[in-house]
Amino acid sequence: MEEELEGGVVKKFLYVNRRAPHGTIYAHEALEVVLIGAAFDQDVSLAFIDDGVFQLKKEQDTAEIYTKNFSKIYSALEMYDVEKLYVEKESLESRGLTEDDLSVDVKIINSKEMKKLITDSEVIFNF
Amino acid sequence: MLHTVNKSPFEKNSLETCLRLIEDNSTLLLIEDAVYGALKNTNIEEKILNAQTNIKLYVLGPDLKARGLDKNSLITNIEIIDYKGFVKLVAENEKIQNWL
Amino acid sequence: MPIEVNGKSFETDEEGYLANLGEWEKDLATAMAAEDGIDLGDDHWEIINFLREYYEEYQIAPAVRVLTKAVGKKLGKDKGNSKYLYELFPYGPGKQACKFAGLPKPTGCV
Repeated sequence: MEEELEGGVVKKFLYVNRRAPHGTIYAHEALEVVLIGAAFDQDVSLAFIDDGVFQLKKEQDTAEIYTKNFSKIYSALEMYDVEKLYVEKESLESRGLTEDDLSVDVKIINSKEMKKLITDSEVIFNF
Repeated sequence: MLHTVNKSPFEKNSLETCLRLIEDNSTLLLIEDAVYGALKNTNIEEKILNAQTNIKLYVLGPDLKARGLDKNSLITNIEIIDYKGFVKLVAENEKIQNWL
Repeated sequence: MPIEVNGKSFETDEEGYLANLGEWEKDLATAMAAEDGIDLGDDHWEIINFLREYYEEYQIAPAVRVLTKAVGKKLGKDKGNSKYLYELFPYGPGKQACKFAGLPKPTGCV
């Protein structure tokens, strides 16, 4: 599994996360897809926009809503060589959050930089 | 690059976020409930008008028709296309971003 | 198909993974291993316990290459390699060890 896909083509994948974590299945599903995709050794980036920034809020505890606490998975992404996490500054700030509220290391970028990240990506998945 | 939006801007912020993050000279196609975003005299009309200076805007005809809307309900300079036109846009653009 | 151990019945999925993580106990692992023809020794338990701790922390059953890397970090290079892990768990250290540990099938194992 260390080899690249046949032909060795590496593309820039971008996973766009725009939903809050627990009200719908989107965020958890996105993580599953990212982890499965990680086996293919592509150039993977994750973007957190709008309510998607809430996915990264630290100290989530789902015990009392009886669902899996998948927020812990974000800390494991690094081991899957998924290391590029981008958070849109405007989304974070308009929700009253700062970098200190987040559970993992991310790069905070502004709308202009996010625009470029999207434009430069070759394959985009939306959640 | 082709961007599509399929949610009403009065319920979700998908259209607004798209307009914030869309590159100049891109193409934006409004489909399904997003066609409501093409209506004139709404509280997001100004944002649409501003966006039109930098991007080309389309709306999917069958979705308009289904909702009892037509050209007269829309902001000017928004082009109405049919499914063939949709396919053409997809073929013309190497990449697509769907704002859900 | 449920597995019977010490008169207790454990629900599993169609591939034999334990349905309810919380029900896991050591005797169940021993029984699952016996079914695969493996007699669990200290080296096996070290990996099984490692996996349970890993799952507790990250909520993932790691794919084999991630497991290998993580084992290497925690237990040293002589254990964090495919050869060592495959010798212990010949059906695949990801799949088989996760099963014995009561975890779901590894995510990202293709």
